[in-house]
Amino acid sequence: MNQSKALLSVDHLVIATQQDPRVLINDVTFEVHEGEAVGVVGESGSGKTLSALSILGLLPRGVAVTEGSIEYNGVDLAKISAQEMRKIRGSEISMVYQDPMTALNPVMKIGDQLLEVIESHEKLDGSSAERVWEALREVGIPDVGRAMESYPHEFSGGMRQRVMIAMALILSPKLLIADEPTTALDVTIQQQILALVAEERRKRKMSMLWITHDLGVVANLVDRLIVMYAGRIVEAGSVKEIFTNPQHPYTHGLLASLPVTKDKSRKRLTSIVGVPQKPWLVGQSCSFAPRCFKATSECANQIPQLVGTLEKSVACFHPMGVES
Amino acid sequence: MQRVNALQRFIFSAVVVRISTIATTLFGISVFVFIVLRVIPGNTITGAFGIETGVLTPQQIAELRHYYGIDQSLLSQYFSWMGSFLTGHLGFSFSTGVSVLKLTESALPVTIELALIGTILGVIMGIAVGMFSASKPGSFRDFGGQLFGLLALAIPGFVLSTAIVTIMANIFHYFPNGLEYMTPWRDPWVNFQQMMFPGLVLGIAVAAPVMRTTRSALLETVDKDFVRTARGKGVIPRKVQMRHVLRNSLIPIVTMTGIQFGYLLGGAVIVEKIFALPGMGRQVLDAINKREYATVQSSVMIFAIMFVTINVLTDLVYRMIDPRIK
Repeated sequence: MNQSKALLSVDHLVIATQQDPRVLINDVTFEVHEGEAVGVVGESGSGKTLSALSILGLLPRGVAVTEGSIEYNGVDLAKISAQEMRKIRGSEISMVYQDPMTALNPVMKIGDQLLEVIESHEKLDGSSAERVWEALREVGIPDVGRAMESYPHEFSGGMRQRVMIAMALILSPKLLIADEPTTALDVTIQQQILALVAEERRKRKMSMLWITHDLGVVANLVDRLIVMYAGRIVEAGSVKEIFTNPQHPYTHGLLASLPVTKDKSRKRLTSIVGVPQKPWLVGQSCSFAPRCFKATSECANQIPQLVGTLEKSVACFHPMGVES
Repeated sequence: MQRVNALQRFIFSAVVVRISTIATTLFGISVFVFIVLRVIPGNTITGAFGIETGVLTPQQIAELRHYYGIDQSLLSQYFSWMGSFLTGHLGFSFSTGVSVLKLTESALPVTIELALIGTILGVIMGIAVGMFSASKPGSFRDFGGQLFGLLALAIPGFVLSTAIVTIMANIFHYFPNGLEYMTPWRDPWVNFQQMMFPGLVLGIAVAAPVMRTTRSALLETVDKDFVRTARGKGVIPRKVQMRHVLRNSLIPIVTMTGIQFGYLLGGAVIVEKIFALPGMGRQVLDAINKREYATVQSSVMIFAIMFVTINVLTDLVYRMIDPRIK
């Protein structure tokens, strides 16, 4: 895997609000290789969604990339024109969003919303409707003919997310960005959607960036994990490494807080003491230091840099398992 | 089968509720207008004779009261008018000597034409300026658009009308409204010239609220998730704007348009008067001055019926715009 080509490489990315500048994402660097699935884990406000949105230039109003680059196939997505970006969206890179209840246009038929993707990138022809039909069938929509004539409100959340996935995949993108696509769904539906995405990824050999706050969700789905905290990457590495040998005290805490189903002892779940800091208030220190049981004065005065290999890297002065 | 029956019953009961609400509203309006007309000082006699009423002998007054039918009890006055309204000839206008139906037949088309022109112009201007403003909130163009909205709202119709009439007549010696009023069937060209300026004045008045509604509805919609989805699919910006943002902003715009159209159908009294258009506004104003009860009451009822009809039409349009409304 280390030898494969990077499809997407985000380099020292900084995202900030434009007025009264507040840094939301700081110095984020990561790669997604061809055919690889990378998970981004972090709690609310850690900047994982913004990182994802910035790739497609879909950052909310008033928020922008201020430094760094987002290279996709040799093109810096942070610098290309709106027109070039439009051509990439939906065809080369597409996205599935968190809330399927609000992500579809309520006054447009499902079929037309899928057809619109084709229309935006190619000329519509006789086969277009058939392609929409096929895309919907593939994600497991029953009675596709009728579904195409339906409006989103006639569908359940799980079905709408399937529609969103069909919409994202219809032009066979090279990279799929999934921003917590199962968070808003029932647990049973979550499993179906996860299975569907895993299956599609395998079939198409596409790359994937999966954003989540739930380590349990991504464990079986991705090859590598990136752990974000307060706008920075604190640890990255292969799933196996992160799960079996977490280096950063934060990652360690996250894993320790996962419920274990076999455990019958009725103990309280472990939690990390304190609340996350706002990224723009951190300053020249480790953002996790105030909550870290291993923190020293060094942690409060210097920003730890992410060092290591693709297989394993960590931004910490006192990684786990190393006695200080 | 059971479900279909339940659905049919539901629709049926909804229609019944709707119709009875409308009937109650209209009845309420008829009683209200009837009472208000009789509470304001003066009556048909003072309306017809003015200050000369003072020289009438009590006997003459009694005879006139009988002639105008205002010597009867209020209840019988109400029901005799209601009877003539419901049978369709709408009562009698003493000053013109014809039935109110005859008056309305010539006045109503003028008002409807004027209201249509005003609304269409207003909606076109309002949506255009609203979209222009909302395309870049807080920018110079937004400021310009909002300034237009405020000015259009702040400048009274009579000021604008008077200014237009004065300027066109004095400087350009152009005053088509000085000619006899022409229906579009008799002389479309003269009619167009006579309707052009009053239509524009009303259009500006309609454009202001439509523009403000459009702007705020667009700004609310543009941040919705599905708009991001559309952009994320690579839809070209113009189509994102039309298919996703504008289409989902139409409900408040249609509501505002319906209300404005309803107002205009109620007769733009001052504008009709200034531009000498023989519409419903003028008809009602003259009738109020002359205390012609039947004319006022019947005209107001016609306004009310049109207003209610527009409400129903607006609801139908909602259903066309938004499939979620059932």
